Amino acid sequence: MDFFLKLFLSGTAKGSIYALIALGYTMVYGIVQLINFAHGEVYMIGGFTALIVGGLLFSSGMAVPLVLALSIASAVVFSAAFGFTIEKLAYKPLRNKPRLSALISAIGISMILQNFVLLAQTEKYLSFPSYLPELEFLRPVREYLNSTQFIILVTTATIMVALTLTIKFTRMGKAMRATAQDKHMAQLVGVDINGVISLTFIIGSALAAVGGVLICSYMGQINYYIGFVAGIKAFVAAVLGGIGSIPGAVLGSFILGWTESLGTGYLSSDYEDAYAFVILILILILKPDGILGKNQKQKV
Amino acid sequence: MERNKLLRDLRSSAIIAAWFSVLLFPLLVMKVSVTGGQALVRFRWERLPAIAVAAFVLSFAWRRALEWNEARGDKPSGSGPIAALTVKARSALALRPIRLTATLVLLAVAAAYPFALGMYHTNIMITALIYVILALGLNLVVGLGGLLNLGYAAFFAVGAYTYGLLWKYAGPAFVSAGLDPGWLFWIALPTAGVLAAIFGALLSLPVLRLRGDYLAIITLAFGEIVRMVLQNSGEVTGGATGISLIPRPWFFGLRLPPRQAATYIYYIAVALVALTVFVVRRIEDSRVGRALEAMREDEIACEAMGVDLVRNKLITFSLGAFWAGIAGVLLAAQTTYINPDSFTLWESITVLMAVVIGGTGSIPGAIGGALLLKLLPEYFRPLAQYRMLIYGIAMILVIIFKPDGLLPRNRKKYTFDGSPSAVGAPVAAGDQEARR
Repeated sequence: MDFFLKLFLSGTAKGSIYALIALGYTMVYGIVQLINFAHGEVYMIGGFTALIVGGLLFSSGMAVPLVLALSIASAVVFSAAFGFTIEKLAYKPLRNKPRLSALISAIGISMILQNFVLLAQTEKYLSFPSYLPELEFLRPVREYLNSTQFIILVTTATIMVALTLTIKFTRMGKAMRATAQDKHMAQLVGVDINGVISLTFIIGSALAAVGGVLICSYMGQINYYIGFVAGIKAFVAAVLGGIGSIPGAVLGSFILGWTESLGTGYLSSDYEDAYAFVILILILILKPDGILGKNQKQKV
Repeated sequence: MERNKLLRDLRSSAIIAAWFSVLLFPLLVMKVSVTGGQALVRFRWERLPAIAVAAFVLSFAWRRALEWNEARGDKPSGSGPIAALTVKARSALALRPIRLTATLVLLAVAAAYPFALGMYHTNIMITALIYVILALGLNLVVGLGGLLNLGYAAFFAVGAYTYGLLWKYAGPAFVSAGLDPGWLFWIALPTAGVLAAIFGALLSLPVLRLRGDYLAIITLAFGEIVRMVLQNSGEVTGGATGISLIPRPWFFGLRLPPRQAATYIYYIAVALVALTVFVVRRIEDSRVGRALEAMREDEIACEAMGVDLVRNKLITFSLGAFWAGIAGVLLAAQTTYINPDSFTLWESITVLMAVVIGGTGSIPGAIGGALLLKLLPEYFRPLAQYRMLIYGIAMILVIIFKPDGLLPRNRKKYTFDGSPSAVGAPVAAGDQEARR
């Protein structure tokens, strides 16, 4: 039981990071029906930006909490800028083309970003210094839930609530929902489609950047390739919950996190990355629309 | 007016240059290194002006290119000097004697290649030819059937491992029975094809209901699972270290020196490519091929017309996988060593790129794309580290500006020329052009 609880909690932490990335996938898919393959890369760039800015500030002798805040902020800003730029460069010219074109373009962007970071920085694994504080009140339960995990959980929960409220109650959120439902109709009633799509990419990328900083602090290392695997897993989580649905992405992420944790704990750790794929295949066979997804009727 | 537009363009290019200078600053100008848990940052200021100038020039060119692309619209590609040349070439090739001569010349060049250029180039060419087979096979799935498969390397792996495992387990028995282990190649070749085809059919069963992006992702998952299984079942497949010392194919019991062996495998590869092209062409023109093409265009209409989608998807996946299996055996025979690292997702994506850049659905396109993608990097060694970067850029440029690829497929046109007997007879576009 003890072992189970530990696995369960580490799975929850993992799941909440997947959720941060999966939200970006699901929002983008909901609005432009595109699997944004480069999303994982944006998350990796967020991690790298935080490492670089954090390193620069730390060596200049700044206080740790300030370093943390500024490096997360710069990761968010730069990732969001990357997301925005990617959309303008590679997806916008293909908006009215067959959907597979945009998917192929997304694969291209993913390759470009990976190799860009590889060439501009390094191909080695870099250890990622953890600027996250050690929380005193967690000391008695540290074996089950360490500070990093706790911070991850709280951050994800906060962001999730904020995002849901934004989409439910603000003007921009309304515009996003309208665009997701029917792009042409939204345009007819005066919604700035391009603005909404850009904003979606910006929000998604910003969330990914937060996820990137958190997971790199959690794992303690970073590499140009981390975005790819995390991106695929987050995508699996999004599909699992029903792509296009925000609560679905969160639910799917937790299920994925738990499965991976319990699977590596009880079955075998060799196949850690395979569990996600097995779940994906099973879900797509049994319930292609995901757990909370709406059943999509084909129209002729 | 023209001047105003130019000024406006220059101004927005300047803004974009500033944008990119800021955007790429942390990653391109700063370089991080971690020592003892401390991240150190070095500045490479000399890069900043380069980024700004490059962004300025490229954004200007990019905007002009997009405008040109927009203005061109959906105009048929039958304009421009290159298109005119292709049309001419096609109508010339429609004539039997010319076609025959062209084929013979091509065969002669292919036959003379290893002698004219030596072993180094022959080996490169073998690798390229393996990719040609892969691209032709994937072209059946993606180009003809319209099913995006991102796990194609899995079938490639099935082929290579069929030969590898056959050698590992049946090899000793073969040798002790006094038979040449090179025979295994000829046994593995059809077996691998069939096994890969069975795998393809097995994969297609669960994905029959899926389409588009979901299909792409599930095939990707399948490919990764196959690779992980190969990697982690060490006692059977040799795990990450793979299988080595795989024998070269049998050649009348002779032990060929490396040079001749390369030439021999090269000829086998050429023969297999020729066979693939022949079969794929026949498939394209067959009833099945036309059903597949219809499926690509519209699944619902297709089903309404009585085309069996389940059967068609099964056929597509198995046919595509078959050729990947064959290519896999060839790879194992050429390198005499296989391990799971040769079958990553990027391998699948490289083959997909060959198909997309060459021209989805076009046989010359698949061949040209594969040769381009495999030969160019070999002859531009200094650029090797930029290879994937360049591939990515090329893929995006092609998909935006030339979505049909460099050698687009020749859409069949059916015309009615008046005489009742000719109704429904397909007319090659070349013929038609000639008639006009």
